[in-house]
Amino acid sequence: MTTNSPSKVHVTTTINGQQHELLVPPYMSLLDTLRELIGLTGTKEGCLDGNCGACTVSVDGRIVDSCLVLGAEVNGKNVNTVEGMATPEGLHPLQQAFLEEAALQCGICTPGFLVAAKGLLDNEPSPSEGRIRHWLAGNLCRCTGYDKIVRAVQKAID
Amino acid sequence: MVATYDTKTDYKVIGNSPIRHDGVDKVTGRAIYGGDVKAPGLIWGDVLRSPHAHARIKSIDTSAAEAMDGVFAVLTHGDFPQTDDKTIDAGEGTVNLRRGQSNVMADKKVHYKGHVVAAVAAVDRNTAQVAAQAIKVEYEVLPAISDVDAAMAEGAPQILDGLVGDHLGESVENTNVARVFRHEFGNVDDAFANSDLVIERTVSMSMVHQGYIEPHNATAIWGQDDNLTVWSSTQGSFGVRSQVAGLLHHPESKIKVNYVEIGGGFGGKTVVYLAPIAALLSRKAGGRPVKLVMDRSSVFEATGPAPGGKIRMKIGVNKDGKIQAADTDLMLEAGGFPGSAVGAAAICVFACYNLPVSRITGYDVLVNKPKSAAYRAPGSPQASFAIETVIDEICDELGFDKIQFRLDNAAHEGTRRGDGVQFIRVGLEECLVAAKESDHWNSPLGDAPAGKKRGRGIASAYWMNGGGKSTCDLMLQDDGTVMLNEGSADIGGTRTSIAMQAAEVLGIPVEDFHPSIPDTESIGFTGVTGGSRTTYTTGLAAYNAAQKLVVELKSRVADLWETEASNVEFADGVFSANGDSIGIQELAGKLDPTGGPATATASVNLAEAGNAYGVQICDLEVDLETGKTDVVRYTAIQDVGKAVHPQYAEGQIQGGVVQGLGWALNEEYFITDDGAMANRSFLDYRMPTSLDMPMIDTIMVEVPNPLHPYGVRGIGEVPICPPLSAAAQAIKEAVGKPFYELPVKPGRILEAQND
Repeated sequence: MTTNSPSKVHVTTTINGQQHELLVPPYMSLLDTLRELIGLTGTKEGCLDGNCGACTVSVDGRIVDSCLVLGAEVNGKNVNTVEGMATPEGLHPLQQAFLEEAALQCGICTPGFLVAAKGLLDNEPSPSEGRIRHWLAGNLCRCTGYDKIVRAVQKAID
Repeated sequence: MVATYDTKTDYKVIGNSPIRHDGVDKVTGRAIYGGDVKAPGLIWGDVLRSPHAHARIKSIDTSAAEAMDGVFAVLTHGDFPQTDDKTIDAGEGTVNLRRGQSNVMADKKVHYKGHVVAAVAAVDRNTAQVAAQAIKVEYEVLPAISDVDAAMAEGAPQILDGLVGDHLGESVENTNVARVFRHEFGNVDDAFANSDLVIERTVSMSMVHQGYIEPHNATAIWGQDDNLTVWSSTQGSFGVRSQVAGLLHHPESKIKVNYVEIGGGFGGKTVVYLAPIAALLSRKAGGRPVKLVMDRSSVFEATGPAPGGKIRMKIGVNKDGKIQAADTDLMLEAGGFPGSAVGAAAICVFACYNLPVSRITGYDVLVNKPKSAAYRAPGSPQASFAIETVIDEICDELGFDKIQFRLDNAAHEGTRRGDGVQFIRVGLEECLVAAKESDHWNSPLGDAPAGKKRGRGIASAYWMNGGGKSTCDLMLQDDGTVMLNEGSADIGGTRTSIAMQAAEVLGIPVEDFHPSIPDTESIGFTGVTGGSRTTYTTGLAAYNAAQKLVVELKSRVADLWETEASNVEFADGVFSANGDSIGIQELAGKLDPTGGPATATASVNLAEAGNAYGVQICDLEVDLETGKTDVVRYTAIQDVGKAVHPQYAEGQIQGGVVQGLGWALNEEYFITDDGAMANRSFLDYRMPTSLDMPMIDTIMVEVPNPLHPYGVRGIGEVPICPPLSAAAQAIKEAVGKPFYELPVKPGRILEAQND
C-alpha cells in the first residue's frame, strides 16, 4: 500500500463510550486506528500476527486481537480498550488487583491481559484457576510466569 | 577498597510490598513506551533485510525507492562514518564499533538472514515498507554455517572477513573461532586418574530468544544544530547514547536520550539496532522525526538470541562423595559477529562447587545466525545444564542423595571460583538446606494418571550479579515529600525498590516519594538495567544520597536551633538535639531561612556485586503416547540477600523459572538447511502460556550481601538457570532415559523411548 492507495473508509464507532467519526485507510488495522488516528496508545503492538494478545480489545463485548481486525470493520460497533476500564470512581477491580498482586513487571502485556480478563469476568462470575489459565492462554507475558496474573484475576473475583 | 557493611535487621520500609509508583500508569494504558512516542511531523522508517544467511553484497540499487512518492531518505552502509576497531562498553558486554556498525547495517557481507542492508524514511509506515522492498540487492550466496561443529570444521568458510582469532594467546587466521581462553587450577588428568568414578558427557542446546513482548523501536530527531534526540526501548538510556555516539562519531553531549517505558528486555535491549538508523534517516530527511518499529519476525531473525552450542563436561568423584576434578569445553555461538556469553558461562559453570582441581576452556564461535546478545544470566543456563546433568548421573551411579552430595561439595565463603575469584559470604548452602527441608522435597511425587509417568528433578545454579555505575538525586519538597530521580530503566518495579532504600534511611513513607527516570541530560550516568544490578547498585546510590541528605539536614537543624551539627541526632525520621526534636517532614517546610531547598546526589561505581545462588525442584508428568510434558509442581529456592520488595522479588524468580522451563522443554531456533529460522513467529516459537504452567512456589533465603547496607543481592537472573537441568532430570526420572540435547521436546522424548 502506498499513499496512493484506495480512498479512505468512513467509520462511525463508539470507543470507550465516546462516539468517533473517522476516515480510515482500508488497510489500517483496528490497532493502528486506535493508536494512530485516535491517539489511544494504551493498546500495545507486540507481534502484528495475532499471537501475543498485547493488542486485545473488546468489540461488542467480544475480545479480539485488534491487529487482526480492520479499522473499517468496527463501523457501528462498540469498542472498549484499557483506557475505558477505570471510571471517575476509581480503578476497575481487575486493575486494582493487578497492582495489589504485583501482576505486572514491564507492563507491556498488561492492557491486553486486563481487557481479556474483563471479557472473562463479565460473562463468568467465578471461573476456576484452570478456566482462567485457559482463557488467558492467548495473551503472552514474558516477565511474570503468569502466577501473579492468575492470582490477581482470582482476587478480582472475590 | 570494597566497602562492607554490618547489615541491620529491623526495617520499617524494606521488606514491605507497597504498590509500585508507576503502577496506575501501567494498568490504565497511560504509560508511554517507545512505540507510543509522537512528534510533530513524524515520518516512518523501515529497513530491507537480507533473505540469505550468508552472502556477499555485489550491488545495491536504491533508485526505485528514492524515486517513490513520499520517500524522504534512503540509507546504506556507506552513509555511516568511518569507524575503527575501538571497543566500548554496552552494559552487558562490549561493542566493537566497526563490527557494531556492520551489524546495524551490513557492509560488504550479510552474516545472517534478516541482517539489515538498507533503510528508508517515508511519509507513513506503509509507504516506508513498500519503498524498502523496492531496493534491489544483488548477492553472491555463500554456504550458511548453522552450528559450532560446522563453524569449527576444517576448511569451513570464514564468516567475518579479516577475523584473526585469539586462541589461547596465539593469533589464528582464517577461522570462525574468535577467541579460545582457559582457566586452569591443578592437573585435571592426574586428578581424574585418582578418581573412583569419572563421567564425561557432551550436551548441546539450540539458540533461544529473550521473547520480550514489545518489539524494538526507535524515534530520532537530528536537529539542524546537530543536536540529536532519541527515544528507544532500552534497558539503559546511557547505553543507547554511548553506542549511538560511537557508531555515528557524534559527541555524547549532543545526544539526548529520553526515557520511555520498556516492554521487556532480559538483556536483549542493551544493544542498539534501530536508533542509529533512525538518527541518520532523520539527518538525511532534513531533521524530520523518524520512527521505526521492528516486526516480530525481524525481532527473532535479527536481534538478541542467547547462544546455542555444545558443552563437553567431565567430572571425577570419589566414593566418599567428594568431587576430585572437573574439566569442561564451552563452545557457544556468538552469531554473525564475535562476542557470545562464553566468558560469563566460564565464570558460572563450576561456581556451585568447591573444586580442588578444574579446567575451563571457552570458545567464542561465529555462525550465520543473529549476533547473540545477553539473555538473563547470559551463559549460565547453558553451563548449568551441562554440569548439573553430569552431577545428577554421578548421584544416580553412586547412590548419593542429590541434595546432600551438593552440600558436601558446595561452594562457600573462601571457595575459589573456576576463574580464580574467591567468594565472599554466599548463600548456596542455606539454599540447599532450605531445599532439603522444603515441603516439596519431602512430599511424594504422587501418582500419574494412566498413560503418564512422573519424575522429579533438582538443579542448582549461580550468577555473579552486576555492580557498575549508577546515580540518584533526592530533592526534599516543602511539604515533606521527596522527588527522587534515578537513571535505571524500570522493567520490573525498580522505581519503588530504589525509593524504598532512601525511604528507609530518611524515615519518610515510600508513598511520599515520587521516583522518576529522567533523560540523559538530567541525571548522572547510570548503567543498563541488567546483570541483576539495579536494586543493588542504584539502590545503593539512593541509600548514599539519603545519607548525604541527612548530613545536610543536620546542619540545617543546627542553624535553626543555633547549635552545632555534631549535636544533632537523627533516628527514625526525627532530628533531635538538647531536648528539642522535629520530624523530617515537618522540618522540610522550615528550611528557607537555613539556605533554601535541600537536595543530595550520589553516584556509585561498584566493582563487586555479591553473587546469587538458586536451587530448584521440578515435578513433571510425561505423556508416554505423545511425549508432551506438564510441569505439575515447581519450587524455586533462592538466596535473595534481602528482599527489598518481596512481591516483586518473588515475581522475578517466578518469571525466570518460566523462561527457563520454556528453554528446557520447548523453545528453540529451528534452522533450515539454508540457514533460515523456520519458526519466526510467536505461534511457532512457542513460549510458555498461562495454560502450560502451574503456580511457581518460591522460598526466599536471606543471607545478607556484605557489600550492601541492607544486604541486598541481585535476584533477577539466576532463577532462569536451574530449570534447564531440573526439568531434564525430571523427564529422565519419568521415562528412564537421559537427555543431552535441549529442548527436551515431545519428539525427543518419543525418540528416546523408541531407542
